[in-house]
Amino acid sequence: MGFDFYLSTMWNVLKALPLTLEIWFFGIAFGLIIATGLTWLRASGYKLGEYFTRAYVFVFRGSPLLVQLYLIYFGLSQFDFVRHSPILWAILRDPMYCTIVAMALNTAAYESEIFRGALRAVPVGQIEAAKAFGMPAFTRFRLVTLPIALRLALPAYSTEIILMTKATALASVVTIMEMMGTAQKIQHDTFRPIEVLTCAGVIYLLLNLSIARLFAWVEHRLSPHLRPPPEQRQLIKPVPEVL
Amino acid sequence: MSANVAAAAKAAPSSDGTPAISVKDLRKCFGDHEVLKGISLEAHKGDVISILGSSGSGKSTMLRCINLLETPDSGEVRVDGELIKMRRGRDGHQVPADIRQVERIRANLAMVFQSFNLWSHMTVLENLVAAPTHVLKRPRAECLEQAEALLKRVGIWERRNYYPPHMSGGQQQRAAIARALAMNPKVMLFDEPTSALDPELVGEVLRVMRSLAEEGRTMLVVTHEMGFARDVSSKVMFLHKGEVDSVGEPKEMFARPPTPQFKQFIANFNK
Repeated sequence: MGFDFYLSTMWNVLKALPLTLEIWFFGIAFGLIIATGLTWLRASGYKLGEYFTRAYVFVFRGSPLLVQLYLIYFGLSQFDFVRHSPILWAILRDPMYCTIVAMALNTAAYESEIFRGALRAVPVGQIEAAKAFGMPAFTRFRLVTLPIALRLALPAYSTEIILMTKATALASVVTIMEMMGTAQKIQHDTFRPIEVLTCAGVIYLLLNLSIARLFAWVEHRLSPHLRPPPEQRQLIKPVPEVL
Repeated sequence: MSANVAAAAKAAPSSDGTPAISVKDLRKCFGDHEVLKGISLEAHKGDVISILGSSGSGKSTMLRCINLLETPDSGEVRVDGELIKMRRGRDGHQVPADIRQVERIRANLAMVFQSFNLWSHMTVLENLVAAPTHVLKRPRAECLEQAEALLKRVGIWERRNYYPPHMSGGQQQRAAIARALAMNPKVMLFDEPTSALDPELVGEVLRVMRSLAEEGRTMLVVTHEMGFARDVSSKVMFLHKGEVDSVGEPKEMFARPPTPQFKQFIANFNK
């Protein structure tokens, strides 16, 4: 009985995995777009842009994602203009869209800070060399600044993506039956919290493990210059990889 | 001097007398500190000018003002007779008037840095190909072929697929020189190219620079290598506290220092 219950719960929760992945994917995709815009605004040198991004980061990084989600889902629909606007209402009456919007806005705040730090950490000499060879600003950015900044941002970015995976569980509080919502329903029906939540926890763990592995692989591919050169590789004990 | 002029004429026949680089009354302040107090300099095709001076004398800043890595506060820089146009910025400081012009001129003035500044995420070969393909818009295959030839010339062809952090300082600096040569520059700017190297690696870099001088390249070299200044360069310029203290033919300068400051400077090196 015990084993069968685990198996059936596992299967039922897993059936909600596509929904979790959908929220996750669109959340981080839109988040990345917003974060790119914010980073650009911050780096553009316009005072107004800088104030705006600072305020944005202050608000969305400083308050809980749950509060933001409630405000978007329950709060915004209080306003008549939202309910009467065909576009806004189409998005905001749907809990799925609301979750994606909340996640995107929230993660964008963190990511824009990650990108800002990475851009600032690009060694000046690398950019100067590009200047000295007559590269125009955009070429310089594409060939030198961006590739170096991306490599610098990747570890922190992967952490943020993993945080977002876990944040998808919040969707369950606005009626979405993704993995956490499904697990909670089973728990309510069966009163077996340990088994059910363990199943959900294990699936989240495995999901994050694969995401971490994926990022570790990308990082490995992008950083041959940080590993010992080919002929020394046997002599030097390799630095342990994350996970 | 006459031998050098002859070498220059042979390598790069200049139809007119237009200097490759001409700097007039260059001034630059960092805050309250006046680093350059009106420097002038002329380099003709084939000249190898060693710029000497103790630290803080403004020699690196002067070099960096020529390709606008630093913006001079006043004074003019001409490359091949072409004046780099400047205008007043909003804060009253000079800024380049036409960034396109600056980029075009920079492509003709390849620079070699003290800390190499090879792009660390690219292999040596990619480092050599990046600027010629993306700035000069030359075909990639042609650039690769030239890059391999240049790497053979500086003696690190077998390291062409290495990343810069995997090479010794001397190899990195030779790669950086090859990267500069890949642009077919009219003038090469060297900013203390051997100062970051271990003593036993200095020789290999100097040998490459000497061979460049011998083929008649126009070079401005900020250096602490007295041997190079005396034996290889066609002119020595000594900066002291942001001013040109003395200029002259190297053998003459070293044999009979024209000013007490220069005498003191070389005495410190011979200690």
